[in-house]
Amino acid sequence: MDASQSSRRDIDVAVIGGGLMGSAIAWGLAKIGQRVAVLDEGDIAFRASRGNFALVWVQSKGLGLAPYSIWTMRSANAWAGFADMLRQQTGIDVGFQRPGGFNLSLSEIELEKRRTLLQAIQDQPGMERFEFEMLDRARVKQAIPRIGPEVVGASYSRFDGHCNSPRLFRALHAGMQQAGVRYLPEHRAERIEYSGGEFRLLTRQREIRAPKIVLAAGIDNARLAPMVGLDVPVRPQRGQIIVTEKTEPFLNCLVQTVRQTDEGSVMLGDSVEEAGADPSVTVPVISVLASRAVRMFPDVARLNIVRTWAALRVMTKDGFPIYDQSETCPGAFCASCHSGVTLAAAHALALAPCIAAGELPADRFAPFSSRRFHVPALAA
Amino acid sequence: MNPVAIRDSYDVAIIGAGPAGLAAATLCAKGGLSTVLFDEQASVGGQIFRAIEETPVTDKRVLGASYWRGMDLTRAFRSSGAQYVPEATVWSLTPEREIGVSLHGGSVLTAARRVVICTGALERPFPIPGWTLPGVMSAGAAQILLKSAGLLPAGRTVLAGCGPLLWLIAWQYLNAGAQLSAILDTTPAGNRARALPHLLPFLFSGYFRDGMKLLRAVKREAPVIADITSLRAIGDDRVTHVEYRRGNGAAQRLAVDNLFLHQGVAPNVNLPMAVGIKHRWSDEQLCWVPVLDAYGNASIDGIAIAGDGAGIAGAEAAEWRGRLAAMAAARALGRSVPDPEETHVRDELARCLRGRPFLDALYRPARIFRQPSGDTVVCRCEETTASQIIDAIALGCPGPNQMKVFLRCGMGPCQGRLCGLTVTELIAEHRGLSPQEVGYYRLRPPVKPITVGELAALPKTDAALYAVTRM
Amino acid sequence: MFQRSQPDKAERTVTLTIDGRSVTAREGDTVAAAMLAAGIPHCRTTPISGVPRAPYCMMGVCFDCLVVVDGVGNRQGCLVRVRDGMTVELQSGKRGLP
Repeated sequence: MDASQSSRRDIDVAVIGGGLMGSAIAWGLAKIGQRVAVLDEGDIAFRASRGNFALVWVQSKGLGLAPYSIWTMRSANAWAGFADMLRQQTGIDVGFQRPGGFNLSLSEIELEKRRTLLQAIQDQPGMERFEFEMLDRARVKQAIPRIGPEVVGASYSRFDGHCNSPRLFRALHAGMQQAGVRYLPEHRAERIEYSGGEFRLLTRQREIRAPKIVLAAGIDNARLAPMVGLDVPVRPQRGQIIVTEKTEPFLNCLVQTVRQTDEGSVMLGDSVEEAGADPSVTVPVISVLASRAVRMFPDVARLNIVRTWAALRVMTKDGFPIYDQSETCPGAFCASCHSGVTLAAAHALALAPCIAAGELPADRFAPFSSRRFHVPALAA
Repeated sequence: MNPVAIRDSYDVAIIGAGPAGLAAATLCAKGGLSTVLFDEQASVGGQIFRAIEETPVTDKRVLGASYWRGMDLTRAFRSSGAQYVPEATVWSLTPEREIGVSLHGGSVLTAARRVVICTGALERPFPIPGWTLPGVMSAGAAQILLKSAGLLPAGRTVLAGCGPLLWLIAWQYLNAGAQLSAILDTTPAGNRARALPHLLPFLFSGYFRDGMKLLRAVKREAPVIADITSLRAIGDDRVTHVEYRRGNGAAQRLAVDNLFLHQGVAPNVNLPMAVGIKHRWSDEQLCWVPVLDAYGNASIDGIAIAGDGAGIAGAEAAEWRGRLAAMAAARALGRSVPDPEETHVRDELARCLRGRPFLDALYRPARIFRQPSGDTVVCRCEETTASQIIDAIALGCPGPNQMKVFLRCGMGPCQGRLCGLTVTELIAEHRGLSPQEVGYYRLRPPVKPITVGELAALPKTDAALYAVTRM
Repeated sequence: MFQRSQPDKAERTVTLTIDGRSVTAREGDTVAAAMLAAGIPHCRTTPISGVPRAPYCMMGVCFDCLVVVDGVGNRQGCLVRVRDGMTVELQSGKRGLP
């Protein structure tokens, strides 16, 4: 431990985690004048921020928790403004577009499952305006002429969009730097102590002190949360993705699992596996991804794959985010979710101001508290 | 049956048909093991013995004895009974030794009880201003063109850089009657002194006499300009000039039609790293080398690495390393190979390695040519420049994987082969860390591009289908 | 710029079309070698800045020799052997998917 301790006087909020979640919150805090430090791990870390599909996606989110649908929609609606702010501040265009999104079905069973899911989301009590359409093959073909013969239909929502998430990640970091955020890579928070209204974050390099902290450390939130009286039961859930060579634009629409980026690559996703903390790519899974993509768009078969990756989603028991504040250590907040791109605007523009104010208002955030996982236990 | 019948499994699969692969496959097959040798090229030999069975350069004096030595190896391999599969790109290898191979536009999966990776070396990146211009090429590429197609440079040709291969290609060109305008020698002036303590073993390594003869012959016939401290390729759509400085001198220019660059070779780590084999940074060779035991066995059970992929040691050492790996593979599978004797193999390998510290020290490339600055392109695929990388380091970017996301370097089809070492070294230098601490790109299959269609055609598992469709 | 060394033996040749030109190559040449021997100044333009590139490594690792071979884009010219009647076009930027 060296002498360069940071006292509470120069930091208002210390954010643990420099991925999309942590950097969106830190950027948002700095934007409203907070003095922020971000503690991050090093180059090798479980970073879902480097392995996402870059969708700003609304249509299938929130079955079982209407406030999540609403929160998602709110973020998607704020995204255009968020992207503008980033561009004005950093000069980096994060490539946000909201053309509406399709989810293609390769069988009647898949299509019916999809319809049931989306209808159930819409029928939930407390839902705000959410529109989707179920399209038959003819209508999909009209919109996306290149679909393959096995596509039977699709769901469509005009609310869906996408961005260039690597550029989003860099823009947030560039923006943080311009706004004076202290970014500290290779500062894994080993331990957090709380006393006298102050948090002490112990890292191998130094100790950071702050009156407020935000746990935005992805899967590591599970380890850190109990140190400040919080509970964040999250686990890694593996997703695998294929990326092709750069290709002239040929996909005129946004499809949930076959996405052409603004740079020309085509991304093919996605999978869900319980594989612990193993971020390996496996040939059988990417083969299925490839096969489904080819059935959706036969032309894709000719493209060369230049990269694949696997990343670990930060998954809660019910799949919904956790936003919480500590009762025993006031000033400690946590944020965990697996939609760091979609929700980036909400994290920066809606969550960060609440953290700065020192309180997550119950009307918006109570449904996201991890207390929801304790209810059945109490009832029993 | 298709023309190349790939079996479901083999005792031993060897990847790469250079000296290590040929020697390993020959010995495994002789030991009675079912052996397959996959190679990406259309003919055997790797890069060192490239096109040895079909080269149009039949005058043996041109390419020299070090090339034609490969004939014995090739003949022995051809009569060994090992299955040879050319134009076969191994794009995936799992720790369980399942192998994905692409050939003739389709992919198959096979498996082996032992795998020997003999994927050799790549030329070290040489990121100078203008190195992406047409007319600028690696010296290794120029040599491949000579060996495989009998092509000689026309017009004004300059070789620039350092290392044994630079002198070898110069010598071969002169043998073939080609003219060289100049050889710009970038060997740092201080290297000689640092190499001196290693001179004695080099004198007895067998490389000394041939090397000196070759150097003298080249220096007799080609103008050698030593102590080069900066290089720049100049031109719009094509290189027209090379600009250089000697020591602290003023910039000078030469008009060129061809500029061939070389500053040594480094192990080709893409396949072994993608399997998850442990590597370490070698300060002597300025590259990643796999962590291996005395037989070349890597950190993953059943997988060995032989040849320059195990650390740069040259073609002859590669053969002996290939044999050692074959012996270990045979032993692990309950067989043995009668000869050569292991002690003989070890003695020969030791002899080949004896001179290496001298060569490593003498031809250690200068920092200025490994760690570029300004708008010099580092990643040729994504056109990421040195200053972009240096700016991202200032942003707090800690290592190559975060760099990749921020700037796309290493994301292109070459998968970091032409930028990885540069990016690691730049980050290390600017952060004041060692390359070992900085690390390398995380690599994943396919290690060479295959089409979506060929991946899609592979057999599926229920678990994989469930992972994607949740049905 | 390259030239063919004097062949020591009679060699078989193939004829192909490269960038609209009829080119005679030695049987066994790779497309990239044939292009260099024929004086074709570059193979491709990059998908990012559009600058021209020519073969750099000749051993399948640099991907600067990408060309369109018989209608298939982004093929590595240094790994494909010439054939009689083959049509090679320059790879212009990103791959097209007609």
